[in-house]
Amino acid sequence: MIAIIDYGVGNLYSISHSLSYLGMENIVTRDEETILNADKLILPGVGAFGDARQKLKDTGMDSLVLQKAKAGTPLLGICLGMQLLLEKSHEYGEHAGLGLIPGEICPLRADIPAELKVPHIGWNALRFTGESPLLKYIQEGDSVYYVHSFYAKFAGDAVKAVSEYGVDVPGLVQHGSVFGAQFHPEKSGPVGLNILRAFGEVGAC
Amino acid sequence: MIAKRIIPCLDVRNGRVVKGTNFEGIQDVADPVEMAKYYNDTGADELVFYDITASFEGRSLFTDILKRTAAQVFIPLTVGGAINEVSDFERVLSCGADKVSVNSGAIKNPDLIDSAAKRYGDQCVVLSMDVKRVDGAFRIFAKGGRIDTGIDALQWAHEGQERGAGELVVNSIDTDGVKQGFDLEMLAAMGKMVSIPIIASGGAGNMEHFKTLFETVPQVDAGLAASIFHRKEVPLPALKAYLAGEGIPMRILRTGV
Repeated sequence: MIAIIDYGVGNLYSISHSLSYLGMENIVTRDEETILNADKLILPGVGAFGDARQKLKDTGMDSLVLQKAKAGTPLLGICLGMQLLLEKSHEYGEHAGLGLIPGEICPLRADIPAELKVPHIGWNALRFTGESPLLKYIQEGDSVYYVHSFYAKFAGDAVKAVSEYGVDVPGLVQHGSVFGAQFHPEKSGPVGLNILRAFGEVGAC
Repeated sequence: MIAKRIIPCLDVRNGRVVKGTNFEGIQDVADPVEMAKYYNDTGADELVFYDITASFEGRSLFTDILKRTAAQVFIPLTVGGAINEVSDFERVLSCGADKVSVNSGAIKNPDLIDSAAKRYGDQCVVLSMDVKRVDGAFRIFAKGGRIDTGIDALQWAHEGQERGAGELVVNSIDTDGVKQGFDLEMLAAMGKMVSIPIIASGGAGNMEHFKTLFETVPQVDAGLAASIFHRKEVPLPALKAYLAGEGIPMRILRTGV
């Protein structure tokens, strides 16, 4: 059972629908017992980092997610959910993240040419920079759907795939059994579904 | 590099996809859920659903279609039509829409853009506009293109962006349904006014029109069309392959699940 963490942000149902479509058992929940018993976790998120971080704390989901991740339960953060996994964010002030993956979240605007629009919205191709079980069913050059204004920096070896948008934007990051996708796999057509399918097959470590 | 997007638009009335020419002569085409699946499977980059139903029964039929589509289609879904209040955003978002397109609702109450952007994020709010030339200026038309609001379209686009719209759908009434190509002059003027993504609509009749659009107006991020895709006058996969071959950055689908 995959628990999709419900902490009051984001369109959780499209993630749930895509997992169900793949035949992967899932539940949208904030119930402690359900989360503790889950084989895998997905941390979704849209909106502002500071807001989402606060909601994660207020709902008590942050300590649960940390506890599960440290016990080796595979965890996938999506979009803002991925950003929350890093050490800190510079989105409107400085906020501490969950620190499960090295790196910081910084504004795209400061690092890309003026003619490139922010947010980075649309389909962009992935270039593989490392190895990850989540890349198992897709090919280099496959495109995924992004919507974001901030991106991961200083994530080092944790970066497994990038998309070019003025800079190399980390698309997929991984540290042990903690994964993060800056793009939306649940909105990335067959490529995205194949990434979710691969996540479903990741074993606990 | 980011790809240019090709977006089929499905106008839905009483549970069926329709498409008029110059907003008149509406003709039934197909089942919206089946059509959405077909587009999902053949490489559409996004789908737009417009609810052009007037009745209450039609509205619940539309939300049912939306729910069934969202359970089977895994590309971004934009929904428009009859969006007048923040509660309308909630209604379609809870049925699986990713973005919500406002048109008349924002003309009547521009604060709707601000409120929705604040609540759901800029990326969720798409400002859609019907534009027509009047005395050498670009004007916003309402009520399906029948009424001149007197609003300057370029100013309105800029105001929409400032209020928090994340994308613009710009439909040219002058070129819509005529199939002689997109309204390049108007789109280029829009491109100078805003920095948010622009989705061009109205006038596509063949594959070259899309090539000309992306090459002539680089600020345009996506091309939207309806009947030419529905009737396969311009088959979507062939269009994307053609544009990729012409050097336009395209997302090409090559894997199944």
